[in-house]
Amino acid sequence: MMRFLLLFSRQGKLRLQKWFTPISEREKKKIIRDMTNMVLARQPRSCNFLDWKDLKIIYKRYASLYFCLAIENQENELLALEIIHRYVELLDKYFGNVCELDIIFNFEKAYFILDEFIIGGEVQETSKQIVNRSIEASDMLQEDDSSEWYEVELFG
Amino acid sequence: MKRLSSTFMPSNWLSRAQRWRKELDLQSTNLIEVCMALTVVSQIFPKEMIPAILPLVEEKLNHPKEIIRRKAVLALYKFYLIAPNQVQHIHNKFRKALCDKDPGVMTASLHIYLQMIQENPEGYKDLTGSFVNILKQVVGGKLPIDFNYHSVPAPWLQIHLLRILSFLGKNDLRTSELIYEVLDESLRRAEMNRNITYAILYECVKCIYTIHPKSNLLEKAAKCIGNFVLSPDINLKYLGLKALTYVIQQDPKMALQHQMTIIECLDHPDLIIKRETLELLFRITNAQNVVVIVEKMLEFLQNSPDDYTTIDLVGKVAELAEKYAPDNEWFIETMNTVFSLGGDTMQPDIPNSFLKLLSEGFDSVEEDRKLRLFAVDSYVSLLQGETRKLPQCFLQVISWVLGEYSHLSEDHNRSTVLRLLEKLLDMKQTSSETKCWILMAMTKLCEGTAGVCVAQQVSETYISSMDTVLRQRAQELQHLSQDSELREEVLPRDSGLDPMEIDSSLSFLDEFVSGALAAGAAPYKPPHQRQEELAEAKVLSLEPYGLALPISMSSCSITDRHSPTPLSMSSGLSGDSTDVSHRAGLKLDGVQRVWGRDGYLAKKESVEEAAPVQGLTPVHSPSLQNEGDGSHSQTPTPTPTPEPDREKEQLASSLFFGVSSQSSVCLMGKPDSTFNRRRKAKVQAPGVTEQLSSSVAPVSNAVDNLLCNNLQDSNINSVSAASSKQTCELSPRVPAANGTCNTDCGLPESDRKRSNLSISRDNGLVDADSALSEDQGSRSDLCPSSYLPAELCGLYRSEIAPLCTAHSLELSACHVHQGDDMILIIFISNSSDSQVLQIRLDLKSEQLKVTCVSDSSVENIKSHTVAVYQYSLAVKRPGVDVEVDGTLSFLLPAGTPQTKHFSYKLPLTAFIRPLLISTEEYGTMWLGFSHEVKQNLTLVDDGCEPLTFTLNLLKNRLQLHLVEIIGLEGILACRLLQNQPCLMHCRVHAGALAVWLRSPVPELPDCLVYHCQRVLQEK
Repeated sequence: MMRFLLLFSRQGKLRLQKWFTPISEREKKKIIRDMTNMVLARQPRSCNFLDWKDLKIIYKRYASLYFCLAIENQENELLALEIIHRYVELLDKYFGNVCELDIIFNFEKAYFILDEFIIGGEVQETSKQIVNRSIEASDMLQEDDSSEWYEVELFG
Repeated sequence: MKRLSSTFMPSNWLSRAQRWRKELDLQSTNLIEVCMALTVVSQIFPKEMIPAILPLVEEKLNHPKEIIRRKAVLALYKFYLIAPNQVQHIHNKFRKALCDKDPGVMTASLHIYLQMIQENPEGYKDLTGSFVNILKQVVGGKLPIDFNYHSVPAPWLQIHLLRILSFLGKNDLRTSELIYEVLDESLRRAEMNRNITYAILYECVKCIYTIHPKSNLLEKAAKCIGNFVLSPDINLKYLGLKALTYVIQQDPKMALQHQMTIIECLDHPDLIIKRETLELLFRITNAQNVVVIVEKMLEFLQNSPDDYTTIDLVGKVAELAEKYAPDNEWFIETMNTVFSLGGDTMQPDIPNSFLKLLSEGFDSVEEDRKLRLFAVDSYVSLLQGETRKLPQCFLQVISWVLGEYSHLSEDHNRSTVLRLLEKLLDMKQTSSETKCWILMAMTKLCEGTAGVCVAQQVSETYISSMDTVLRQRAQELQHLSQDSELREEVLPRDSGLDPMEIDSSLSFLDEFVSGALAAGAAPYKPPHQRQEELAEAKVLSLEPYGLALPISMSSCSITDRHSPTPLSMSSGLSGDSTDVSHRAGLKLDGVQRVWGRDGYLAKKESVEEAAPVQGLTPVHSPSLQNEGDGSHSQTPTPTPTPEPDREKEQLASSLFFGVSSQSSVCLMGKPDSTFNRRRKAKVQAPGVTEQLSSSVAPVSNAVDNLLCNNLQDSNINSVSAASSKQTCELSPRVPAANGTCNTDCGLPESDRKRSNLSISRDNGLVDADSALSEDQGSRSDLCPSSYLPAELCGLYRSEIAPLCTAHSLELSACHVHQGDDMILIIFISNSSDSQVLQIRLDLKSEQLKVTCVSDSSVENIKSHTVAVYQYSLAVKRPGVDVEVDGTLSFLLPAGTPQTKHFSYKLPLTAFIRPLLISTEEYGTMWLGFSHEVKQNLTLVDDGCEPLTFTLNLLKNRLQLHLVEIIGLEGILACRLLQNQPCLMHCRVHAGALAVWLRSPVPELPDCLVYHCQRVLQEK
């Protein structure tokens, strides 16, 4: 099972965070700090895996963004790399030549895609077409009755 | 909505939950809305909310749209992870999801199956065929193209299936045979050079080495690993090393094939690779190569990046040093480095077990003396150098050793040691806890005028300290240094071996506690419980009814002071007795032994915990003392030299020395054939390993026993007859379950006869006798049940189940209820014509405490005989089912050693006994228990009295005690052997049975609810 996914820039700025298990805010802050420090300090041409406490950290850099995924110890590291890759592909398909700014300005879409792809720390749907279709469908919904959604946002 | 939940942590669960619920309640016809609701549900979700939402999610399993079904399955998986008991009843729906026509839903259901099979592989063996079929179809490309990932068919699904299959095929030849073909197919298909195919290959390799071995697959897997390890891609290399680490436990020779690569990885610039290589080396360590490997590990530690790695590695070095140390000097020096590198972050049991080892010693007195002397010498020279950077916990170890053993040393007189210790006291960095240790050491050492003088000086400084413990020590030092006779008495030399008796349950306080309770004091609640209750008060209550019964009971106080149960319970309420006892015998060493039977134990024991102080730097490297040791003298220095190749070869020869000789296949853990004396000392440490004495009588002995028992104690017979009667009454379905075996049904009958009529006892004897001679006559018939020990005949027992077969040996087992004991009996029958030698049976279990009952150990089993082993079981950690894992090792006639693993599972209900208490006692106990579970169960209706009928059913099936039924409520009580109570409160509510269980043991209520559910469902 996956534990969390972080996206941060080369400068260590956090761009997206997703936690699959309940973790306190303080702990999250600490993890984010640890992750950025560890991953940014890696030498080029070293492997994409790290040990952190009892978890495995799989990271990969795409352009200026680091994708950093924590999995449990007995999981398959290569598969985790592919999960990251598939997420990037999904983002790319939706945004069309995705870049860091897309994720900054449309962060909710990035979360949306992630939720369609991974649910509760497990891969749910691996097909690019299907994920895309359901995201487009929910985009439609959002535009259709934006008044009701506005209300929900007020209550939240 | 969903966007919000994923962006912000919800601050108010209540309003959110209501909204989700509304959303689900709406039964929206808009698919996307339902999808979103399900997505939110499977995000981080509080356990308490599950009952409210569960039926709605369940309903979605039948939704016509596959995406909804899939999400519902995943939501249920999430629930299963959080609270397995709550989704227990929908197991057949999972099966339906597995058979869903849509592959996506089926894939989703595999998450649940992986989890469940991991927990209990036995229960799902029948599904092996289906999983193999699915995998075959996937590999064959039968899935829609949507599932492809970079033109590899459904890799996630493949990997899931491979994992499931490896759990199913583990230690099971028959299941493994089903799997071989598809594994071969997967290996063949996955030959494209992509990351994703490598991921599948890696999983295949792991599976091949997990299931029952098959030679041609092993060859292919080994080739695969070779490709991984040799790959220029660093990620693959890492994975290759990992696979190698996994494989090497079973086949140490694999390490030899790749030794040069391993050496290269050891010098790799990437620390992660280096670390993984050390992990691999750790697994192949033996007495021959320990020096080199430990040296490599310590070298890595010197520049280790983080605490977590340091703690882990330091523990491993300490373990290796204790197991395989070639000589005293090396051992002490290595431990010195461990202490100074590990500092105060390391696990406290490392210094503890080190001190224990020193004080308990080994077999020879002379060796012990040398070891201690060397330790003293090395510490004195350490203290004479720079001491400021030594970690506190190392200083504590040093001062204890110096205090205890410096009298052994001729070179250093006490005053030098005292002065060194005094110097430590004056250091700024020294924590007050360390100071206590130092003062203790000084107390042991102050002798002669010079010593007394120093002691006086020191004690004057600290006698006015703000720290009370420190002040106490200073006082002791002052008084004892003046009165040498008293000192001899209080601190006798070399007395470290006398075991100290500790009353860990603090039962001497029971009287006080019960007195206070009787006087109206509130029962003690441990802090965690108080916090839980506080938290509970804030949480929304989904419970259909309130505290009706317990409150009315709380008014009853303890009325019966004479009966033992409430008294011992009241000590349980104080939070100490039970808390300690259900973690039986764990870590008393780590606990400060402050109070003993005779009062305050003001001895060296205050020492056992480490103070958290920073500052860790290497002090001493252990690489200096190889000269005297011929076999290791060629050990190279690790620094790079001009001839790297020869260097590496040399390193390889020292690293892999002795690896090839370990041909014995060791499936679990590290190869352990070299049984070092230090290891023995380690084994003796409490709670580390179970003693492995296996004992039993060969058949002829069993016969003797049987006769003997029959002749000697008619008492025992009558007792056992009585208890057998009792157990029969308690469990009415016993005979049915037991009906297969004639001998057993016969025996209790004759027992009973004997106890009733004194004359018929002789008849009984004759019967038994003739039965035995028949047995001996037909020796080829090795029915285990006829070898059941005499004293256990006639008691309620489970059916004898076969465990495993290994060559001509057949293992079978059953469990017997003997009063308050649960006895596990293992039969080993040898059906071959030759003798089987050196049989050893080791049992262990995480959940159970296993103790060997029979005292004589059987080494060899003659041909066509049965050996019987008896173990007594007690529950350490309750689970729905509890399992014992065992290893059978023996020597074939040809002389080759063999090991075989097996496991035996029994339901927790086997350990449940009725707890006979009154309603008043129930009331007081109820309030004292902290762990509770609430659940709605189905009410079994027989027409007139559903509650009574259901409760009686539970009572009979699970051996509960029905305390009382009042109107629509009923209370039951039971205990888990030996003495852990669980109370159950039931109430009829809206056609269902609302049960509420409480117990002092955390897991017990959960497990009991599960069994209740099972009983009612079977009905």
